[in-house]
Amino acid sequence: MKTLNKLVAIALPALLLAGCELGSKEQEQVGFRGTAMVQISDPDSKAKVGDIPAPPYELTAEMIAGDRASTAYENVPVLGNVSVDEFNYLMQAMTTWIAPDGSNVKDAGCTYCHNPENMASDEKYTKVVARKMLLMTQNINANWKPHFAGQGADQENAGVTCWTCHRGNPVPVNNWSSAVPDPSTITGNKRGGNTPAQTVAYASLNSDPFTDYLAGKETIRVGGKEFPTAASKAAIQSTEKTYGLMMHMSQGLGVNCTFCHNSNNFAKWEDSRPQRVNAWYGIRMVRDTNNNYISALGDVWPANGKGAYGNRRGPHGDPLKVNCATCHQGVNKPLGGYKMLKDYPALKGAAPVAAPAPVVAATPAPAETAAAAEAVKPAA
Amino acid sequence: MAYQNIFTQVQLRGELEAGVPLGPHNDERFGPFGTSWLMGKLGGAQLGPVYLGKLGIASLLSGFIAIEIMGLNMAASVNWDPIQFVRQFFWLALEPPAAKYGFTVGVPLNEGGWWIAAGFFLTASILLWWARTYVRAKELGMGTHVAWAFGSAIWLYLVLGFIRPMMMGSWAEAVPFGIFPHLDWTAAFSIRYGNLFYNPFHALSIAFLYGSTLLFAMHGATILAVGRYGGEREIEQITDRGTASERAALFWRWTMGWNATMESIHRWAWWFAVLTTLTGGIGILLTGTVVDNWFLWAVDHGFAREYPATGVVDPATLPGAPQ
Repeated sequence: MKTLNKLVAIALPALLLAGCELGSKEQEQVGFRGTAMVQISDPDSKAKVGDIPAPPYELTAEMIAGDRASTAYENVPVLGNVSVDEFNYLMQAMTTWIAPDGSNVKDAGCTYCHNPENMASDEKYTKVVARKMLLMTQNINANWKPHFAGQGADQENAGVTCWTCHRGNPVPVNNWSSAVPDPSTITGNKRGGNTPAQTVAYASLNSDPFTDYLAGKETIRVGGKEFPTAASKAAIQSTEKTYGLMMHMSQGLGVNCTFCHNSNNFAKWEDSRPQRVNAWYGIRMVRDTNNNYISALGDVWPANGKGAYGNRRGPHGDPLKVNCATCHQGVNKPLGGYKMLKDYPALKGAAPVAAPAPVVAATPAPAETAAAAEAVKPAA
Repeated sequence: MAYQNIFTQVQLRGELEAGVPLGPHNDERFGPFGTSWLMGKLGGAQLGPVYLGKLGIASLLSGFIAIEIMGLNMAASVNWDPIQFVRQFFWLALEPPAAKYGFTVGVPLNEGGWWIAAGFFLTASILLWWARTYVRAKELGMGTHVAWAFGSAIWLYLVLGFIRPMMMGSWAEAVPFGIFPHLDWTAAFSIRYGNLFYNPFHALSIAFLYGSTLLFAMHGATILAVGRYGGEREIEQITDRGTASERAALFWRWTMGWNATMESIHRWAWWFAVLTTLTGGIGILLTGTVVDNWFLWAVDHGFAREYPATGVVDPATLPGAPQ
């Protein structure tokens, strides 16, 4: 009996600790001492920066200076102004990035977007999407530098390519779409959360923090001034929704709260780290991307069950959109900060672009116009 | 060594004890029912008699209705699937009405009305149980210390679920029913109001809470340690100090220079426990009603230190900032 008691006394605490990650942790102090400003990570469970595909071949200055693509090809409104050589180079890279030859993607290779009989044709919706995505990439690289190259960081060649998100998949692995609205009765009504959802790190918070914050422009800020004012009326429910978005950001970047915030007062900017400013721009960049590029494609996205290459919309019918994890994939600097853009000058775009570029005839006009109008609205 | 074990080593067996006869205006008691070896390990071996009475029945009935409303709402949220009810139980919630309803009673049942109903019955159940502890103590000729200590906990409960929402003018400020949902609420509440750790009443509440556990450990250990000299007969030793009491007192005078008495230690414990929820309730009540950001308040009032700023500027204040 005594031995059994002892065994239980030893085994029980050991079992209770079974959920812990064993092994030593890496820690880095990132703020004033004694303020818990420290990043703790487990080297074993850190997201790995995968291999980055090499450029198809070396792009020489001579090749960049050659004849313009618009002189050789028809229907090249976005890349018409790059050289024929660079155009072909980029097309080859895009194939590797999105529908690589030899992969199990249907129609992998050029035919994923092109009709091999008529490469200029826009009959495949994937080509129309790809054109919009090129504009999107140029827009991000030209207009959203404060997100990835702010705070005195080296701006040269900082930015994204298709690979940053796609990683060899036609649809980036990390995406989101709006939750199906709750029923008006109590049956099956989870009030938008109260579910073990991966999106919010398995808390019971609202499991779709994206629709209102990363497509909509709902106020994320909830913290107030010292004393209550008429303006400080954020309810606990909106705080929980903000909290849900922060859980996503934390998971998506593989960091904890103190990567951006000083936990003594989460709301206060003066005590925050500069990374919080990057994140602030990132949220706006994602809104721009979702509203003016992805959702703006409208009915170009086939209805679920109708497309040639699988579903491109969520259960509520809206297209699959981007959030922080789409690029970051668990790493605070996507691709470990590798400046892939240096090899693809055509993706840099021209700054500043006021509206998402000249409208392409093949894209559905009404959606496009509405989105463009949205984009040029003055900042408030 | 008997009293130095985790479980009580001595169990009394004999004629069941029915207790003092009841005066007029009392209901029937049930039991005593017999003895239990298992319960005897943890405390007294005898079960009963139980005095249920009108207050007890009304309290249990209200409590049952409250738990039923919560449970059925949670079951409905998983489409009445018993397996999902168990699997997701820790996540499931019955949430208060949204902010748009303010602090009104006419909220549709499926929009938070059920939460108000559950809260009403739970509160009724708790208050009836409080009255029961008060009336039963009086009936036994006891003081009403238990009732007032319970009252302190009820104060915090009422502040969280009723008084503060009323002062804020919104049911949405109240706590949802549910395991993780109420924990998430707690975290969100602290973040919303600039970190509750800088709320001095929250600090007091924590000090009394931790103090309670410390006192509990000190007192429990002291009595167990002098059990071999009859130290568990604490009350007799208040007036007639025996060697157990002397040794216990001497131990604390030797180790920390001063000792509580056999009587005063219970006052210490009672006040620490009562003040935990009393100060906690004050802290919650001031949050959002008087102070909106406890960190800023604390720095302003010399209660917390201002650390060197990092030089970061709110980008929304810059000219031409994007939406």
